[in-house]
Amino acid sequence: MIEVDALRKAFGDVEAVRGVSFSVAAGEVFGFLGPNGAGKTTTINMLCTLAKPTGGRAAVAGHDVVRERDEVRRHIGLVFQDPTLDGHLSAEQNLKLHAELYGVPSDLVGPRMEQVLTMVGLLDRRDAEVRTFSGGMRRRLEIARGLMHSPRVLFLDEPTIGLDPQTRASIWRYIHELREREQITIFMTTHYMDEAEFCDRIAIMDRGEIVALDTPAALKAQVGADRIRIETEDDEAALAALAPYAPTRSEGGIAFYVADGAQFVPRLFAELDVPITSVSVSRPSLDDVFMSFTGKTIRDAEAVPDTNRMLMRAVVGR
Amino acid sequence: MSALEVVRVRVPERSYRNELRAIRIVWMRELIRFRKDRLGVVTSLLQPLLFLFALGTGLGTTTFIYPGILCMAVMFTAVFSAATVVWDREFGFLREMMVAPVRRSSIVTGKCLGGATVASLQGVILVFLMPLVDVPFDAGVVLGVFGLMLLLAFAMTAFGLMLATRVKQMQSFMRLSQMVVMPMFFISGALFPVAGLPGWLAVLNRVDPITYAVDPMRRLLLDDVAGVTWFGWAVPAGLEVAMVAVLGLGMLAVAIWEFADTE
Repeated sequence: MIEVDALRKAFGDVEAVRGVSFSVAAGEVFGFLGPNGAGKTTTINMLCTLAKPTGGRAAVAGHDVVRERDEVRRHIGLVFQDPTLDGHLSAEQNLKLHAELYGVPSDLVGPRMEQVLTMVGLLDRRDAEVRTFSGGMRRRLEIARGLMHSPRVLFLDEPTIGLDPQTRASIWRYIHELREREQITIFMTTHYMDEAEFCDRIAIMDRGEIVALDTPAALKAQVGADRIRIETEDDEAALAALAPYAPTRSEGGIAFYVADGAQFVPRLFAELDVPITSVSVSRPSLDDVFMSFTGKTIRDAEAVPDTNRMLMRAVVGR
Repeated sequence: MSALEVVRVRVPERSYRNELRAIRIVWMRELIRFRKDRLGVVTSLLQPLLFLFALGTGLGTTTFIYPGILCMAVMFTAVFSAATVVWDREFGFLREMMVAPVRRSSIVTGKCLGGATVASLQGVILVFLMPLVDVPFDAGVVLGVFGLMLLLAFAMTAFGLMLATRVKQMQSFMRLSQMVVMPMFFISGALFPVAGLPGWLAVLNRVDPITYAVDPMRRLLLDDVAGVTWFGWAVPAGLEVAMVAVLGLGMLAVAIWEFADTE
């Protein structure tokens, strides 16, 4: 559904995207994960025909994003990072305007509008002016609007940024419902680790390049090792028995790393002669994944420059 | 979720009809917003009323400047309605229109027609002052006034759009448009007779496009008007109207060209 080959974008001397390649299958939820400034939005803009690539090529829904711009636009829905609704129009008028711009057949505008509004739970607010809507309601309305013309690919640029956890959860519910009901491909960017877990596959982007691309589970497996922590009746004996796994003492117990914790635990009980009183297995998180590929946590990567931080401190301290 | 079947939409190929639909909906948006903005209507009529009655009474004739005031009411509203493009850009809505699979010329044309319609609807309210300024009220004349207003408003909106593609900030837009429109309005002869002007003013007056919008309006409303002349030749009203139309279309073309250029 999306084919990207060595795509580049430079703004003057600055290379925002330095040759990324990937493909997204139909019906997939594909996530772009990375800190602000990693080139996620620039990439999405090129795929949506909003920015011209300076190198490489990309096709969306079978159409080249440069040569067949309108064809691409007809088949995609967009939800931008910044709001793009007309606050003085009602929810319904905003959708109607979109339908007219995209040439949705007149007899389908009504039913389709009702459907997308129902889906995002705004049917009862259809006549209200959008400026009276909360941030979460606006975002939901934007998603509904992006779906008005039944796109084959829905692009969501940071769809949950700045929203409270409850609204974020409901937006994710819509996205999953969407995939099931409309069989569309979803391409999104996020810098929330916990949200990346919802994607079928994620690409980790850092400084204009894709540094890793796989399913969340496979990425975690690549980082390796699950952490196992046990408490036993005889730690010394257990340490000796587990020597091949390089165990360490940890908070009154023993910790060590294995490739597949879930499979290892039954063996542990069967083969270790020392009685075990407690066991816990923790899987690596996407934070660990990000860390292992970029050498920093996603929050560090976004850290404000020192001058800004000092300024903030000065303002807050006053 | 009760209704499980999905209403599917196929977005049709680009066609002439779709472009017309796009123009229509952008035009309608301007009308919807106009309908909601009652306060805007009142405030934008205040200035023309002030000019008409304060300045007109002071000069000793409200009748003579009435056609010029009708033009004034339309001119400023039209330019400001183009300014909504600057707002749209700031509030992101412009993006929604720009990514649609329609020509940008359709968006700009819809916007221009919308602005022109809104300004004319607003300006034409002033025809109810006709009896107060001793101009005989006549349905045919009112229709003519509305037609001329549409024409002038169209040209002024096109001018505003041309400016709005370049100027990305509201304050700058307002300042710049005032700087251009105000002198054009004063020089146009909206407030004084264009016959027998001193040389320098006569030259400026004849090159000011607004002159050719005010003159037909005055000829339509008043009798015995000494109209615009070129080296002694009385310029026919038809030619004046055509000039304004061509200029408006030209500026619209520039605005479209500039919009198509922005990424």
